[in-house]
Amino acid sequence: MLQVEALNTHYGRAHILQGMSLQVGSSEVRVLLGRNGAGKSTTMKSIIGLVRPTSGHIRFDGQEIAGEEPHRIARRGLGYVPEDRRVFADLTVMENLEVGKQPARGGMRPWTAERLFELFPNLGRMRDRPGGRMSGGEQQMLTIARTLMGNPRLVLLDEPSEGLAPVIVEQMAKAILALKGEGLTILLAEQNLHFAGGVADSATVVEKGRVVWSGTMAELRADEAARTQYLAV
Amino acid sequence: MDSLIPQLLTGLAGASSLFLVASGLTIIFGVTRIVNFSHGSLMMLGAYIGWSILTRLPRDPEWFVLGILLTVLATALIGVVLEVVVLRRVYRAPELFQLLATFGVVLVLQDVTLWIWGAVELPLPRPRWLRGFVEIAGNRFPFYDLILIFVGPVVLGLLWLLMNRTRWGTLVRAATLDREMVAALGVNQRTLFTSVFALGAGLAGLGGALSLPNASANLNIDLSIITDAFVVVVVGGLGSLPGAFLASLLIGILQAFGIVLVPKITLVLVFLVMAVVLVFRPNGLMGRPQAEAREATAAAPVIRPAPRELRILGLVALVLAAAAPLVAGEYYLTVLTDACVAVIFATSLHFMMGPGGMASFGHAAWFGIGAYAAGLLMQWLGAPMPVGLLAAPILAGIVAALFGWFVVRLSGVYLSMLTLAFAQIVWAISFQWVEVTGGDNGLLGLWPPEWARNPATFYWIALALAVSVALLLRRALYAPYGYALRAARDSAMRAQSIGLDVKRLRMVALVIAGAACGLAGAIFSYSKGGIFPTYISIPHSVEALLMVLLGGLQTVAGPIIGALVYTGLADILVRSTDLWRLVLGTVIVLLVVAFPEGIAGAARRLWLRGREA
Repeated sequence: MLQVEALNTHYGRAHILQGMSLQVGSSEVRVLLGRNGAGKSTTMKSIIGLVRPTSGHIRFDGQEIAGEEPHRIARRGLGYVPEDRRVFADLTVMENLEVGKQPARGGMRPWTAERLFELFPNLGRMRDRPGGRMSGGEQQMLTIARTLMGNPRLVLLDEPSEGLAPVIVEQMAKAILALKGEGLTILLAEQNLHFAGGVADSATVVEKGRVVWSGTMAELRADEAARTQYLAV
Repeated sequence: MDSLIPQLLTGLAGASSLFLVASGLTIIFGVTRIVNFSHGSLMMLGAYIGWSILTRLPRDPEWFVLGILLTVLATALIGVVLEVVVLRRVYRAPELFQLLATFGVVLVLQDVTLWIWGAVELPLPRPRWLRGFVEIAGNRFPFYDLILIFVGPVVLGLLWLLMNRTRWGTLVRAATLDREMVAALGVNQRTLFTSVFALGAGLAGLGGALSLPNASANLNIDLSIITDAFVVVVVGGLGSLPGAFLASLLIGILQAFGIVLVPKITLVLVFLVMAVVLVFRPNGLMGRPQAEAREATAAAPVIRPAPRELRILGLVALVLAAAAPLVAGEYYLTVLTDACVAVIFATSLHFMMGPGGMASFGHAAWFGIGAYAAGLLMQWLGAPMPVGLLAAPILAGIVAALFGWFVVRLSGVYLSMLTLAFAQIVWAISFQWVEVTGGDNGLLGLWPPEWARNPATFYWIALALAVSVALLLRRALYAPYGYALRAARDSAMRAQSIGLDVKRLRMVALVIAGAACGLAGAIFSYSKGGIFPTYISIPHSVEALLMVLLGGLQTVAGPIIGALVYTGLADILVRSTDLWRLVLGTVIVLLVVAFPEGIAGAARRLWLRGREA
C-alpha cells in the first residue's frame, strides 16, 4: 500500500534520511523502531509532505506522492498523527475534530465524533474543553481521533506512547488494536519496544537515516543480537 | 459637560469605522502572519470605488446599501488578486520582506488610483436622508453617525458567528494556531488564505465606502488610516477580533475627546495610550504571546570582518569618492552628498536592526529630529552649522533614550509598529505645530556657512562624516559591546543568564542609531537649505529599510552598498518618469517575490551551491 524507496531528506545541509526504504502492506501494522534522532519522525514528515524529500520515491497505492503538498497527500487517504500532538489549543475537542473532518471514502465505515468517543470514552466527556486544557494522554487521544476524522486508509502514528503514564499507554495500545481490527493500515514510530510488540505485525529498524533491520515482529523477538545492537539504550 | 454625550457618540462612530479596517487587518495577520501595509490602500480603493458606484446609483437608502455591498465585493475581489499575485509568493519570506512587499503594493496602488481617479479629492454628495439629525439629550446628532455606531458591533457579531459557528471559521482559527498541522489534515491552505484575505479586504472596502458620507475619497487615506489601524491592532493584540474592537473604542473615543480638549496633540495622546498599554501588556490588551514559530533569527549568519579584497575595494572606492569633485559637476555633487547622507541613514538603521535585532519602521523620526534640532537652533540662537551638526545627534540621542524606555521592552512586530507610530507622532508635530516648525512650509534658510558653501567643500564634509560614522559603527560592532548585542538578539534569555543586561544593550544600540541618524538629518538639511515634514514621512522610513534590505542585513558593507545603489536608482527614476511610485513599488514587489529570503540570503545560497557542486 505504501512504498518508500531510497528516500533522502535534508534539513538545511544536514543529511537526515540517507536512502530510507520501507513498505507497508494493506491492513498491516508496521513499527518503525530506532533511537532518538534515527530519522523516524523525519520519515513520517517526509511521507506526509511536511518535509520535502531531496530525492527518492514515495508511492501510495502505486502513485508517486513525493513532493506533493501535504493537503493533497492527506486527501489521498494518508493520516498523520504528529509526535508532539499539535492539538489546536484554543479549539474545543469538537472543533479539533471538525478541522480533521474530510469526506467519507468508499468501502469504509466513515468515522464520526460519536464513533470516536466509543473508541476514546474520555474525549466524549469533554467535548467543549479547549485542547490546551487537557492532559497529555487526553491530547494524544484527541490528536489520533482528529486524524481519523479524515477517514484515512493508512495512518502514520508518531510515538503515541511518548511521555504518557503506563495506564494511558495501555489504553493507547488497546485503541490501536481496535483500529487494527477495523482493517486500518498503520505505520507506527516507536522507541518503546514493549508497546510496539503488543500491537505491530512487523518491524523496520532505522539508524542514522537508514534501514538496518527489517522483518516480522516474531523474528525481531528471536533476534537478540539485533535488539541489543540497535535498540538497547 | 453639555458636549459630553455628542462627543462620546462621535467617538463611537469613529470607533466603528476604525474597527472595520482594523478587524480586516487583524484577521489577515492572524492567519497569514503578514502585517499588511497595503490594508489602508484597500480602504482607499473602497472609498474611490464606492464613490464611483454611489454617484451613479439613485440616491435612495436601498440603493445606497446596494452600492456599499457592491463596493465590498469589488474590494474583496481586488484582495483576492493581490493575494494570488503577490502575497502568496512571500508567505515564507522573513517578516520584514513581507512588510516591504506590501509597502510596494501601497506605492503601486497610489499611482494606479491617481491614474484612474485623478488628484482631486472626491466628496460624495449626500442625499437628504443622510443629512438628517437626531435629537439626543437635547443635542442634534447626525443620523449617519448613528448608523455607523451600529455597524461596528453588528460586524463584530457577524464576524464572531463566522469564526465560531462555521466550519470555515474553525479552520481559520486552527490555521492561526498551526498552519502546518491544518495542511497535514487535508485542508487546502491556499484557498483558506485567499478567502481570509478576501474577507479582510472586503472589510477594508466597507470601511472606505462607509467613510464617504463624512469625508471624501482622497489619496491620503491609505497611509493615514494604516497608522491608526496598526495602533488599534497592536493595542488590541495582534490577531484578536474582540481586542481590535476594544482598542477601536478606546482610540476612537480618545480621538473624539482629544480633538475638543487638546486639538493639536491628539496623535501624541493616542501614542501615549499605545505605549502605556504595551508596557503593561506587551502583547496588547487581548493578544497572547506569539508562538516562537519563526526561525529567521536563529539562522542569522555571523558577521565577519571583511576579507582583504573587500577592504582594498573599499579603500579604492573611498579614494575615488574623495576625488569625485575634480570631475563631477555641481548636480552630481549634490547627488553624491545625498548618497553620503543615505549611507549614514542606512548604516544607523542597520546597526539597530541587524546586530540589534530591532526592526524600526520609523527610522526617519531620528532623521527629522536631528534636522529640526539644527534648524531650530539656527533660528532661535543663530547657531552656525558646526554647532548644529553637533547638537543634532545629541538631541536625537536624548529623544531616542527617552523613547527607548518603551521600545526595549518589546520585540518583533510590536516593536516595529511602535517605532512606526512614534515616527508618525514626530511627523504630526512637525506638520501641525506651525508656529515652531513652519508646518508644511518647513523651516527655510538653513545654509552652510560661507567657507562650506561650495558644493565640493560641503560634499567633502559630508563624506568625512559618513565615513567616520560608518567606521565608528563598525568599531562598536566588533567591540565586546557588539558581541553582547548580537548575543542578546539571538537569544535574549540566554544572554540574560550569562549576565548581560539585554534592555540596556538594546537601549544603547537605539541611542547610537538615533544619534547617527540625527546627524544624517542635519547634514541633509544644510545641503538642501531647508527642513520639511516629509523628512519624517513613512515613505522616508521605508527608504531606509529598503537600503538596508537591498544591501543585506548581515554584512557591514551591506547598508553602505544598499544606500549607494538606492540613491543612484532613485535619482535616475525620479528624473525619468512621473510614475516613479509605480515603478519603485513594482521593483520592490518583484525583488521580494524573486528573492524571498532576501538578496543577501539568495547570494549566500548561490555561493554555497557553487561550493558544494
